[in-house]
Amino acid sequence: MTDVQFRFRDDEEAGDPAVTVDAFLDQTNATAVRIEPGDDARDLLPYLDRLQLIEVNFPAWTDGRGYSSARVLREAGYVGELRAVGDVVIDMLSHLRRCGFDAFAPEHGLNEADAHAAFQRWDNVYQATGDGRQAIWAKRHG
Amino acid sequence: MYKYDQYDQQMVDTRVAEFRDQVRRRIDGSLTEDQFRPLRLQNGLYLQLHAYMLRVAIPYGTLNSRQMTLLGDIADKYDRGYGHFTTRQNIQYNWVKLEETPDILADLASVEMHAIQTSGNCIRNISSDQYAGAAADEIVDPRPYAELLRQWSSFHPEFLTLPRKFKIAVIASETDRAAMKLHDIGIQMVKNDKGEIGARFFVGGGMGRTPMIGPMIRDLVPLDQLITYSEACLRVYNRYGRRDNKYKARIKILVHELGKEEYTRQVEEEFAHLLTQDIEPPLAELERIKAMFVDPPFEAGANDDLDLSDPDFRLWVERNCADHKAPGYIVATVSLKPVGGIPGDASADQIRLMAQLAKDCSFDELRVTHAQNIVFPHVKKADLYKVWQTLDEAGLGTANLDTVGDIIACPGLDYCSLANARSIPVAQKISERFGSAEKQAEIGELKLKISGCINACGHHHAGHIGILGVDKKGVENYQLLLGGSEGADTSLGQITGPGFDEDGIVAAVETAINVYLRERKNGERFLDTYRRVGMAPFKEALYD
Repeated sequence: MTDVQFRFRDDEEAGDPAVTVDAFLDQTNATAVRIEPGDDARDLLPYLDRLQLIEVNFPAWTDGRGYSSARVLREAGYVGELRAVGDVVIDMLSHLRRCGFDAFAPEHGLNEADAHAAFQRWDNVYQATGDGRQAIWAKRHG
Repeated sequence: MYKYDQYDQQMVDTRVAEFRDQVRRRIDGSLTEDQFRPLRLQNGLYLQLHAYMLRVAIPYGTLNSRQMTLLGDIADKYDRGYGHFTTRQNIQYNWVKLEETPDILADLASVEMHAIQTSGNCIRNISSDQYAGAAADEIVDPRPYAELLRQWSSFHPEFLTLPRKFKIAVIASETDRAAMKLHDIGIQMVKNDKGEIGARFFVGGGMGRTPMIGPMIRDLVPLDQLITYSEACLRVYNRYGRRDNKYKARIKILVHELGKEEYTRQVEEEFAHLLTQDIEPPLAELERIKAMFVDPPFEAGANDDLDLSDPDFRLWVERNCADHKAPGYIVATVSLKPVGGIPGDASADQIRLMAQLAKDCSFDELRVTHAQNIVFPHVKKADLYKVWQTLDEAGLGTANLDTVGDIIACPGLDYCSLANARSIPVAQKISERFGSAEKQAEIGELKLKISGCINACGHHHAGHIGILGVDKKGVENYQLLLGGSEGADTSLGQITGPGFDEDGIVAAVETAINVYLRERKNGERFLDTYRRVGMAPFKEALYD
């Protein structure tokens, strides 16, 4: 398991290893699951209150399905840790944050200064994505 | 025209800083070319056969003179003194240097321009009707809706790594001048029987190797749900569009494989859910944008007569001008297709001259058309002769709009790393073969479109005559298609049969035109005759 390099939560990291969606659906007590790009995040919706950690795997950063998975989960009310794992690169970080990710475990560690700059990059945003940030249109008409 | 506020300006400035940082990481080796490629593409920077190419966004094809002037200056400063206007209403520079691109972007940002999402697997620059705001037949100006969508789609965090590129067009009249149904999403602004304006959605059109006409999936989306509905369309695509084969990754394949009904059902389900998520800008935001697209101050009672005693001017007016909604005004198109020229190319001086003319005689506005020409949308008829004379002296007075000389062509193998065959020399030869005004007058409206590979950037499927360059065992070969169209009567061209070599395809076009001239009945265009008589007489003349 790759270490979490960036985490925007105050609670403790979940202790249980994440299992596949299939394995998770067969168990009654697992608290951590890993979503692959082809998995349907909506399969997890009945179990959100017992989940502490959902990992979303990006085998290649150019496969963007994980962004939609993240938003589906957050829009359904998931408040646990949402962790991006795999081929997570600097230039994704701010977009992943906007889609609800709050932990990052890149398989190749990222340059701290570049990552910090990427997280801070956008002072304003054009869209409402449920991440709590006010969209530009809301500021214009606030 | 839309004017940036502090937020819009900050967004493009931030993008310049971000891209500068990405270029720095590429040059210092922290990014490999493989890692850098998707990043530079999202900023319109391609690595072509000979150099980097930068594609600059011209949202819905609208420019002011200050922006147009800068496009000319960039051509001089960073390129070889010319630019190439594209079928997506953008401009490309073919000879830029990687290390200079952040400076080009900074120059662009100084006039409220950018290269954001002009390439890559994301939502591209949004195109529209080049006559928007001027056309006599439009219900509303489509551009405010395009601008609302531009802001929504810019850096949309969920949709930056889609299965494939995603193109949206917005129109607002029955006459479709933007090939709307050949886009991933085509939006037609319509008025229902209660007089309410809404957006009709066509999803899953496209050209490329599997051309499809987009089916309508929603008759009317209310204006206060436009963004939410678009987001639903995109989310279904992002989750379920194919990623196993890049040639089957466009949304048209998803819509086709699921079927229009099932795709629509999934979108409506997602839409119902997203309506609970408060992601829609208030109507006040649309009103704010619309206020920037009000009509320019047309002179009431401007003289509606034109002196057409100069026959060359008369020809140009008849070919290149269109009706304007305001009396005394006219829409004038500048053809970037001189006989033997490269379709869509303009020199830095020509670009600046058009900017100056727009400032003096078209309320400071220009448009780029998907047919690679430039429009002055609001010319007072009293100024038109002077405008034409100035254009003509600069080599921009060609009177051939929508004729066989007004060819759409992609850059082809002369520039493009994807191409199988050259497009430009074929366009030049055909343009020369039919260059005379008499010949073009005899033939009338004939849209000829050339692509140098199956990706169809030259829209060959939608040409009355289409030409597709292919690679046949290492030799350039050209297929001929007939009967395509992109208007309200969109249709896809059919291949005539075996392909031709470079000279052969020029002769084949002439043969097809001769069949038309022989077969046509009163007032028929090439397309009408083809639709009436079918492929057989053309095939016979071409191959027997």
